[in-house]
Amino acid sequence: MVVKEFDVVIVGAGGAGLYAALEAGKAARTAVLSKIYPVRSHTGAAQGGIGAALGNVEEDKPLWHAFDTVKGGDYLADQDAAMVLAEEAVRAVYDLEHRGLPFSRTPDGLIDQRRFGGHTRNLGEAPVHRSCYAADRTGHMILQTLYQQCIKNNVSFYNEFQVLDVIIQDKKCAGIVVLDLTSGNIITFKAKAVLFATGGMGRMFKITSNAYANTGDGQAVLVRRGIPLEDMEFFQFHPTGIRGMGILITEGVRGEGGILRNAAGEPFMQRYSPTLLDLAPRDIIARAIQTEIRQGRGIKGDGSVDDYVHLDAAHLGREVIRSKLPDIAGFVRTYLAMDPAEQPMPVHPTAHYAMGGIPTDLEGRVLGDEHGSTVEGLYAAGECACVSVHGANRLGTNSLVDLIVFGRRAGMEIGRFVKEAAFARMPGDADEHAHKKIAGLKRPGKGPDPETIRNRMEQAMTAGVGIYRNGPDMKKAVEELKELRELFKEVRCRDAADRFNTALLDIFELGNLLDNAYIAAVSAENRRESRGAHSREDYPERDDANWLKHTLAWLDNDSIRIGYKPVTITRFTPKPRKY
Amino acid sequence: MKISLEIQRFNPEKDTEPYFQTYTVDADPSERLLMVLMHIKRTQDPTLCFRKSCAHGVCGSDAMVVNGTENLACKTLVKDIMAHGQAAIRIEPLKTLPVQRDLMVDQTRFLDNYMKVKPYFIAKSSPPGKERIQPPEKHAVIEEGTRCILCASCYSACPVVQKKNPQFLGPAAVVQASRFVHDSRDEGFEERLPQLDHPDGVWPCENHFQCTRVCPRGIRVTREINLTKQKIEAYRKQGGPA
Repeated sequence: MVVKEFDVVIVGAGGAGLYAALEAGKAARTAVLSKIYPVRSHTGAAQGGIGAALGNVEEDKPLWHAFDTVKGGDYLADQDAAMVLAEEAVRAVYDLEHRGLPFSRTPDGLIDQRRFGGHTRNLGEAPVHRSCYAADRTGHMILQTLYQQCIKNNVSFYNEFQVLDVIIQDKKCAGIVVLDLTSGNIITFKAKAVLFATGGMGRMFKITSNAYANTGDGQAVLVRRGIPLEDMEFFQFHPTGIRGMGILITEGVRGEGGILRNAAGEPFMQRYSPTLLDLAPRDIIARAIQTEIRQGRGIKGDGSVDDYVHLDAAHLGREVIRSKLPDIAGFVRTYLAMDPAEQPMPVHPTAHYAMGGIPTDLEGRVLGDEHGSTVEGLYAAGECACVSVHGANRLGTNSLVDLIVFGRRAGMEIGRFVKEAAFARMPGDADEHAHKKIAGLKRPGKGPDPETIRNRMEQAMTAGVGIYRNGPDMKKAVEELKELRELFKEVRCRDAADRFNTALLDIFELGNLLDNAYIAAVSAENRRESRGAHSREDYPERDDANWLKHTLAWLDNDSIRIGYKPVTITRFTPKPRKY
Repeated sequence: MKISLEIQRFNPEKDTEPYFQTYTVDADPSERLLMVLMHIKRTQDPTLCFRKSCAHGVCGSDAMVVNGTENLACKTLVKDIMAHGQAAIRIEPLKTLPVQRDLMVDQTRFLDNYMKVKPYFIAKSSPPGKERIQPPEKHAVIEEGTRCILCASCYSACPVVQKKNPQFLGPAAVVQASRFVHDSRDEGFEERLPQLDHPDGVWPCENHFQCTRVCPRGIRVTREINLTKQKIEAYRKQGGPA
């Protein structure tokens, strides 16, 4: 067994992982493992901004931000977490600026702020300028800035290392087992603390804004070792993906004044959200677009799966588009040969963000059960985690806030923890499971075609667990995923090489997606109400009496066990959600 | 429509020399080259290796040489590379960096050069309680350089790195330095000077403009290099440290 030893091992080099590394690395030997080069992480694809109540453009307060987050999440967000998010967002943005992040500026040289969906002044009155941004590449600048700081602080990176297994014994985490893709070697990392910051899982859907790398690796590895996953039924569809491709068109377009229109040219959001219009939260706009399409008012008008609506930004003028939305203009030019200053952009919803994930407390400690017991030495942060700060629907910009605020908190807590903690015992055969798994995948024989399994998974999730859901369709998706998980057990890797075996990585990622998809579908079928992004035609109302609670799902071999835990409610009493 | 791709293959575990393999595949003219490569990998040949992630031109993973020119596979559409009239689209790994497998290159040297220029914000004064003030016109000076995604296209295309001086820092590293030395908030110019004002620093650049031509982020790379040269010259003229 090849063993490396660090005080802290961080899996994933996006915003949460890198921020945590900066904090934990101050006093402890810290390694960051990533399956891709850190600057390739999907944080870099975030566009429109990071929300914080700086009040640089107009009056704003963290309390308003917290309220919007809770209401945006249809009251499923834990309100203590939402308060922490909103209050620490302000300090987090200044901290990024102090580390050199090139924010766009107001005429006075302050950090500029733009409007974004669901972010309002004075508890819902009107949209507020809260999103701090760097043109339409805010995530790119956050990722770059944090990676630069890691270089400055000599953080140790292990690039192109894929996590395969976690070692947990007696409720203590002893480390992880990884595949070094550059050599094909299996390496065991022994650590006092392990942080999972592995990102999202949007690749389980056919059309997604997510990178190929977003395959829910951390979630899958942990759930197979007995850690539950929380609120997996809540998956966000971003309203505006480029038609057919799913490439994200930032909500910042609407923040700057862009308008959604149907085939008749009607700005249809006035019928769905009379106060916030095109700046309503994403779940509401995604449903509005879907409804327009279903009722024959899409641009094609046939209600087909590739029907779409228009996002009109032409009236913003060339100068606003050039200075505030340059990358969007570039995407539209590259992929559609269109100029957004002249023509409306063809868009439809695209699978975007997992609100659910690995349950943690406010310090990033992973919770092993419904009673809040922590697993010593095990942490999670970022999209793979569920604090829960986003509840049933995340507001735009809050993903970046989540990474920075909770990545930092986890890093600080880890720094404190490893000072006192001893290494948990690492069994001598910790890597045996991983070796067996790879030997199994490389055994001779053909096995089922992984590409067929992938296509069927994407189809099942898109058809059954999409924007609108109902019992029979979800049941069908669950049955299909059960079958696909069985088939997957016989899959073989058709590349025998040791080094840079990307086919092997592809198979591990597919397996991770299948487990996540299965849990998401079962959790969705189980929740008999509509809340936030989980919208059921057979249960169209929110049902606080029975369902104001978080789902926890355990994977016991091939079956799923569901449990619940209460939502933390402090100052915002659940009310009907109107915008 | 049917298209043919000639892709350079090399697996160090069994090949002694790189060779080209031809694949024929159905592709839509508006499809991204990356999708075509993924289709080949997932339906024809799982051993074909390349890097990819975001698939829309912002992560910098899939830079490669397409019909002789550096490009991101995810920003290259089939119709744009079919216009050349030749029988097959030729795809090779980036130049000047060692091939690891097929289209994957070892970026160590490229990234080491990047790290040499201290590509991080350096401030000597302690930060204010809120943000540092930066007027929009000063922010505009660095905006272009901040777009860099470290895809290494410019490094591959640089005739100086290719033929004259493999030790040259290379275009991307200088862009990254330029982004900081021209930032009104940064105070690290003198710390970066030994690497920049060095025979292998900014000076080997001969204004071939290949970097500017291939940059998938539209950065006028040569301009950034020249602005950095000018800043060093102005500093020397003043007689060094004030």
